[in-house]
Amino acid sequence: MDLVTPGIGLIFWTGIIFLTLLLILAKVAWKPINKMIENRNQSIEDALKMAEKAREEMKQLQADNEKILAEARAERDKMLKEARDMKEQIVAQAKEEAVKEMERIRKNVGMEIEAQKAAAIEEMKNTIVDLSIEVAKKVIRKELKSDNEHQQLVESMLKDIKFN
Amino acid sequence: MIRFLALIAAGVFLTINLYAGVHTNASHDEEEKDFDVNELIMHHIKDAHEWHILDYKKSDGTIKSVSIPLPIIVYYKGKIDIFLSSEFEHGHKIVTKGNNSYILHHEKIYIADPESETGLKIEEKDGEHVILNEKPLDFSITKNVFAMFIVAILMIFIFTKVARSYQKNPGRPRGLQAFLEPLIVFVRDDIAYPNLGSKANKFLPYLLTVFFFILFNNLLGIVPFFPGGANVTGNIAVTMTLATFTFLAINLNGNKHYWQHNFWMPGVPVFVRPILAVVELMGMFVKPIALTIRLFANITAGHIIILSLVSLIFIFKSLTMSPVSVIFVLFMNCMELLVAFLQAYIFTILSALFIGIAVEDHEHHEAHEHVSH
Repeated sequence: MDLVTPGIGLIFWTGIIFLTLLLILAKVAWKPINKMIENRNQSIEDALKMAEKAREEMKQLQADNEKILAEARAERDKMLKEARDMKEQIVAQAKEEAVKEMERIRKNVGMEIEAQKAAAIEEMKNTIVDLSIEVAKKVIRKELKSDNEHQQLVESMLKDIKFN
Repeated sequence: MIRFLALIAAGVFLTINLYAGVHTNASHDEEEKDFDVNELIMHHIKDAHEWHILDYKKSDGTIKSVSIPLPIIVYYKGKIDIFLSSEFEHGHKIVTKGNNSYILHHEKIYIADPESETGLKIEEKDGEHVILNEKPLDFSITKNVFAMFIVAILMIFIFTKVARSYQKNPGRPRGLQAFLEPLIVFVRDDIAYPNLGSKANKFLPYLLTVFFFILFNNLLGIVPFFPGGANVTGNIAVTMTLATFTFLAINLNGNKHYWQHNFWMPGVPVFVRPILAVVELMGMFVKPIALTIRLFANITAGHIIILSLVSLIFIFKSLTMSPVSVIFVLFMNCMELLVAFLQAYIFTILSALFIGIAVEDHEHHEAHEHVSH
């Protein structure tokens, strides 16, 4: 029975000791420790969040890179295509111009030839006329009285002789 | 932890040696007298006015007892007397201070009866001795009070050190800090927050103090030699006082809903409400009483079992009994180590639970329940 009878002295001292301990520890230990643990939890949480964010950003960055790369590739393809097109165009244009030039040259040459031919024919005609006159003069010197009659005779004869 | 267990184990063996030494001497000295297990156990688990450390036999064959005398503070008839317990000479001498004479009998202080030679007025009643002497109010620094002082100083020392190492080293905990942090965080995250929610910070210092106070007293109670060995948490006055603090914490902080639920339960027929009020009123007091008895009974029972097991050697008066005792006591000490943590945990979590019920924010609670359903 003695064992379960609380003594007043012990109650008194337990009360005093416990309350003092509670006040002292609350001030010097529990509050700072709790604050520190909270701070640390907060900083861990923040660090985790930041890591998550960084990972997110990394992903974003990677996606951006990919996009830029794809764009660059597309740009290159476009440029290549344009270049090819331009080349073809230039080649075609050059060909066309060459053909034109050739055509023109050919025409010129033809005309030149034509002109030369006409000149040569003219000259040949003249020469032939002169030669004929000389020959006819010598042949028929005696038969015709004036040169004029000779000239008329020969030209009328030459008219009949058409080249071509 | 291993080091700690080793220490406990060493302590166990030392106790056994100590007990064995003491009582072999005793039995040698009083060979005729039977070994009184009951008295031995009661002597060890009850409070005392001196801190007995050991007995040894001097070369001339007398038994010398080494103990720390503790201050006696008694109040009787408007007068406070303070003196050292050594003045009683282990209860053999009457101490007279002014008009008051005191006598110590079985660790209880009585006012000495001038008519009797021993100072005690004993009456035989139903075959039992009843002491009729008056008793002064005893506010002595007893063994348990002294042990609590040691625990308090130890706790202040340890936890200020831990708090300082938090400031010095806010990162990974080290040393003592690393050893105690899991317990602190356990009380914080597994006891305070789940039961008290947003109001946890207000009660956290109380819960931490009560947890570590009980734990340290339990652990020191297992250690069988000087700084330990006092059966503090196995004393009903101590557990009652702690439970009273919980009772006050519950009822001083109880909100409107708590009192409404206690005395005018909503949601039940009106004629049932007074009956429930009586039940709840009883419950208000049963809670701290249960806390008181649970802690007291668990710790005291553990100590009684250990002491009984050690006593087996002296009951059987045989050395062959000692290995059995040692093995069982070792087992019980491990058990006690578990119980030391367990009871501190149970006292704290029940305190948190009861306070939590009293301060619970009702709207929030209902909203929460609504969401969870």
